[in-house]
Amino acid sequence: MSAAGSEFAVELRDVRKSFGKTEIIRGTSLGVKAGERVAIIGPNGAGKSTLFNLISGRFGPSSGEIRLRGERIDGKPPYEIARRGLARSFQVSNLFTRLSVFENVRCAVLYSMGYRYAFWRFLADLRDANERAEQVIAMIKLERRRDHLAMNLTYAEQRALEIGITIAGGADVILLDEPTAGMSRSETARFVDLIRDVTVGKTLLTVEHDMGVVFGLADKIAVLVYGEVIAFDTPGAVRANARVQEAYLGSVLAQGH
Amino acid sequence: MARTSERLTRRDWFVWGGFAVVLIVAPLLWRSSFAQTMLSQIGIAIIACLAYNILLGQGGMLSFGHAVYSGLGSFIAIHALNLTSKGQLAIPASLLPLVGGIAGLFFAAILGYVTTKKSGTTFAMITLGIGELVASMSLMIPEFFGGEGGIQGNRVFGKPVLGITFGPQIQVYYLIALYCFISTAAMYALTRTPLGRMLNAVRDNPERVEFVGYSTQHVRYLAFMISGFFAGVAGGLGALNFEIVTAEVVGAARSGAYLFFVFLGGAAFFFGPIIIGAVLLVIALVLLSELTKAWLLYLGIVFLIMVMYAPGGIASLIMMNLRVAVFGKLNRLWRHYIPLAVAGLVALAGAAAMIEMVYQLQLNEALGPEMQFLGLTLDAKGIASWLGSLLVLAVGVALFEWLRRGFSREWNRIQEEIANEIAQREAAA
Repeated sequence: MSAAGSEFAVELRDVRKSFGKTEIIRGTSLGVKAGERVAIIGPNGAGKSTLFNLISGRFGPSSGEIRLRGERIDGKPPYEIARRGLARSFQVSNLFTRLSVFENVRCAVLYSMGYRYAFWRFLADLRDANERAEQVIAMIKLERRRDHLAMNLTYAEQRALEIGITIAGGADVILLDEPTAGMSRSETARFVDLIRDVTVGKTLLTVEHDMGVVFGLADKIAVLVYGEVIAFDTPGAVRANARVQEAYLGSVLAQGH
Repeated sequence: MARTSERLTRRDWFVWGGFAVVLIVAPLLWRSSFAQTMLSQIGIAIIACLAYNILLGQGGMLSFGHAVYSGLGSFIAIHALNLTSKGQLAIPASLLPLVGGIAGLFFAAILGYVTTKKSGTTFAMITLGIGELVASMSLMIPEFFGGEGGIQGNRVFGKPVLGITFGPQIQVYYLIALYCFISTAAMYALTRTPLGRMLNAVRDNPERVEFVGYSTQHVRYLAFMISGFFAGVAGGLGALNFEIVTAEVVGAARSGAYLFFVFLGGAAFFFGPIIIGAVLLVIALVLLSELTKAWLLYLGIVFLIMVMYAPGGIASLIMMNLRVAVFGKLNRLWRHYIPLAVAGLVALAGAAAMIEMVYQLQLNEALGPEMQFLGLTLDAKGIASWLGSLLVLAVGVALFEWLRRGFSREWNRIQEEIANEIAQREAAA
């Protein structure tokens, strides 16, 4: 099945995860092709964040396989998965609070640029890493806040930095966990543009509650209900899907989203 | 907004040049043998405190057992010294601190592998356990640790090189100063490397570090070994300086002293452990213990006050005032600082009088209740002395509190003004 494995950038096969006696993810299978933009939607408690945590290595699955470009990554620690080119953001901003914006971004580029644990080279001399960090800061439009500590940024700025750290290392598979959570409507619209810009050409998985964002960003939608993917298709097809209507989307749309 | 420069600026050269000059000139200004002993110990303490701060300040690792690495460095160095004296090894005295450093690195590589598997409270507990383990081994293996008497050595051996025998204290001092300068520069350089920066990242947010490709455990382990190396260098210098190493150098009290003084100096700043931490450590240990038997009690009180009111240490107090000075507002604070200091000293005099009277009664009973304190004769069993001390303390505390409120208002006003000025500047930029 290795030929089938390389067809997908990210592939889940019958993945299960239990916490104690509660099974949160119940046999999820999903194949995301390279360059696809997939939004994962579903009611609260459906296991969306857990799914991200399994893919990114925060926990290992109880059973099943997770593959990145055909290679098994389930059960590997987060740093090994990150080194293979998968990066993720967090629902609650997860920054290096006592470091500046610039340092935050640079920390995220060092490993992938090959500097790893070097203690025999000065940061100031790493031109490529510094240039890349400046570039990313320009992309997330935080140039004016470059030397401010992450903890002193506004909420929206912290969300932008969260995305910046995620994309800085050049990973080609990006997982964004509710990138626009807690933002106002106008901020959200600007932020969706930003996400689209910084993830051009990459495989993108997002967890989102805001249907406007979902339909604006995604080529395909996966609907997760009680730990199972009940539909995985284009936005139009998912909207028309009777089972999805019944389980989730109907009620959300009825609420005026 | 001005970019923070990462290369050495003219100011940096000035600071490092100044540091070198101080190291060279200090023993020429204070020529007594007592001063030379103190300066030598300060040089050693600077290396040890900076090494400890790689863990605490840079990496957020609270170690209760770092004396293990400086201490084992001391023991290995003094054994190497003795073997060389006997002709079984050939290591010049000037390289013995390096032997200590390699020993520190070696033990940090072994013991640190276990220690750094965990972070936070678990890390602290493991360091405590390993500290106790090594301290108890010092009683079990007297051949290595020398039992009660410790291990003695003689740093003067072989033929002098360029007339240097390391007999006179001043020669040992300059060796210490050289190691101190190089070690300080090396540890400062570490803060500007990828590993040094990722160590800060591990301190701030270990979880996110794992998602940008780094194993936090590996970062901690590497930093622990580097810290162990420099602790060992300090230990080796200590062996050479004192020519005797006893089991207390690996003990919990020594580990506690590192934590205590690095915290007091200010772990958040690179220079915090140097100027205040290490200098205070030696002055407190050498001078204060001469001055009063209750010195540990005074240190404890200082520590409590600092933890409660200035958790960033003395370095952070200096930096906050420097910021005020940069904005040209420091002169408004002096009229508060001087009266505050006077009130503080009055309160201290009252408290100290009572502490000393208690010690007089408990420890110096044979000498009777009469004692000298600040030129006064106090009667430790007399009501008048106690009431008088209490009154002085009460007046001091009340005055201090009253002044502190005024100062606090002024301080907040100044901070607000500075924040406004910064906001205006950014809006203008």
